[in-house]
Amino acid sequence: MRHVVVVGAGPAGLAAARAAADGGARVTLLDSADGLGGQYWRHMPAERPAEREHLLHHRWTTFGELRDALAAHPAVTVVPSAQVWSLERLEYGARLNVLVGEPDGVGREALVLEPDALVLATGAHDRTLPFPGWQLPGVYSAGAAQALAKGERVAVGRRVVVAGAGPFLLPVASSLLQTGASVLGVHEAAGLGALGRGWLSRPWELAGAAGKAGELAGYVRDLVRHRVPWRPGEAVIAAHGDGQVEAVTIARLDERWARVPGTERQVEADAVCVSHGFTPRLELAIAAGCALSASRFVVVDAAQATSVAGVWAAGEITGIGGADAALAEGAVAGTAAAGGDTGAGPALVAGRARTRARGFAARIEAAHGIRGGWVGWLRDDTAVCRCEETTYGRIREVAELTGSRETRSVKLTSRAGLGPCQARMCGRTLQELLGGPEPSLGTALAPAVDRRPLVVPVRLGDLAALPQRPQQSPNPQENPT
Amino acid sequence: MTSYRVPAERDLVEPGPDRPLTILVDGEPVTGTAGQTVGGVLLGAGRREWRTTRDGGSPRGVFCGIGVCFDCLVEVNGLRDVRACLRRARDGDVVTRQGGRASREPDAEAGGDDAGGDDVGRRAGEGTSS
Repeated sequence: MRHVVVVGAGPAGLAAARAAADGGARVTLLDSADGLGGQYWRHMPAERPAEREHLLHHRWTTFGELRDALAAHPAVTVVPSAQVWSLERLEYGARLNVLVGEPDGVGREALVLEPDALVLATGAHDRTLPFPGWQLPGVYSAGAAQALAKGERVAVGRRVVVAGAGPFLLPVASSLLQTGASVLGVHEAAGLGALGRGWLSRPWELAGAAGKAGELAGYVRDLVRHRVPWRPGEAVIAAHGDGQVEAVTIARLDERWARVPGTERQVEADAVCVSHGFTPRLELAIAAGCALSASRFVVVDAAQATSVAGVWAAGEITGIGGADAALAEGAVAGTAAAGGDTGAGPALVAGRARTRARGFAARIEAAHGIRGGWVGWLRDDTAVCRCEETTYGRIREVAELTGSRETRSVKLTSRAGLGPCQARMCGRTLQELLGGPEPSLGTALAPAVDRRPLVVPVRLGDLAALPQRPQQSPNPQENPT
Repeated sequence: MTSYRVPAERDLVEPGPDRPLTILVDGEPVTGTAGQTVGGVLLGAGRREWRTTRDGGSPRGVFCGIGVCFDCLVEVNGLRDVRACLRRARDGDVVTRQGGRASREPDAEAGGDDAGGDDVGRRAGEGTSS
């Protein structure tokens, strides 16, 4: 029986696991979290069931169906709290080294898998551009505010400013309102011009993405009901406070996202939630040798196959398209990984949904894509690398001193990007500050900044206790709810 | 108090009544409810910072909330460098403010064997290879 391993249990991974199982494969679904659903369906833990949790989610019934189908399928093993910490390339496919247990705990169970087919559905995390004061407690990524609201029923503040770029700001504001927080404003960096070009061109195509449009309309209704102003062409360009956020500076931006002088105003707030888009989580795809596109997503064909035999990819690592696209891509990838024909039946329908969603993604990029003027928000003492506290001034100094605009050499000298997050927060920012993407390294088209052979830090004791040869089957685990 | 947990009886999603748990944070009891992460308990109780950076000595807490940024590292029951946003809290957990940098350096092989110790902040800083 063909063994398919799916990494990531968000919409793409769940759909992939079900399609692969339906296609006759034995399936192992891994996720580093202790529940299913990924960030999109981030929800309350089993210990804290909530009667009306569906109010916080879209397509919640889809999640329930997928979860129940996987739990009931005899060929599916779900392994929660499973951290893939490295991936080794084999002649065909890959070997996954996994630790199963409490996050960052000791004595986790080691699992080594060599599947016949691998589906990567590792998703994305939000990207936040630096600004003065962004390292203060009280500044959160927008994703954090949402995860805490949905998964913990915690409000990150009482008077909250939401800022950044993209439609994701709207569900974040809604999530905050649902915790009872006051949302003082949603400040969208894209101006009306870019928004119009992105969203109003070829409006007939938007009819195909009706589900997505309806979801966004719901968030807009929330903002209107709570009288939350939504302001295009504005940004939070600084956060202020003694030890934590007490106020933010908001300014108008021009088309290039440069601040318009004289438009700055200070607003008292105790939290600010910021996101300027998403960064795909590419570690495993890069370790597997998958080719990346110029815009740094995993290249896949119509059947979601990557450039590496035996490895498929689905969801946000193939392009930021949202949950609908992820579900469609996952279904195709799972079918293909199980050895099925993706040209037929449901896979064909899924393919059409994926095409529609990709059009939506192109609009997001056209309207909300990062413009270079943001660099003007920085001061010399602004931390660019949060881990190492490397400032913008230091990075410029090192670039000038060493005469190097190559990201890796600036990183090594300034220590920017060398902290525990492995440049996940600042890597792409550093590249942009140093003048755009650098030439790719090696044949894998894997820019150094996204390469992380050790996906997460691993404790020495766990390394010592690793098994020497792969187990073909993980120990049965209880499925999470 | 800035951050807070929505009181169960006023929450639109209608979670059941709280099942309180108490963790000790630098010796002080902090109460949350079963199923929360350590970070969630701290934020829910209005605490937003629990680590100090090595060089700048500046306070940090949760930033990304999903285990990516490593800003929220904390010592739990003697084990350093635990991401507070991921680790579920258990009644009686002893949480200690973490000073200094993360001591497991991803670029220095698998990092150091660093569970416990009083002066780990300084030691970890010194032990960093660059």
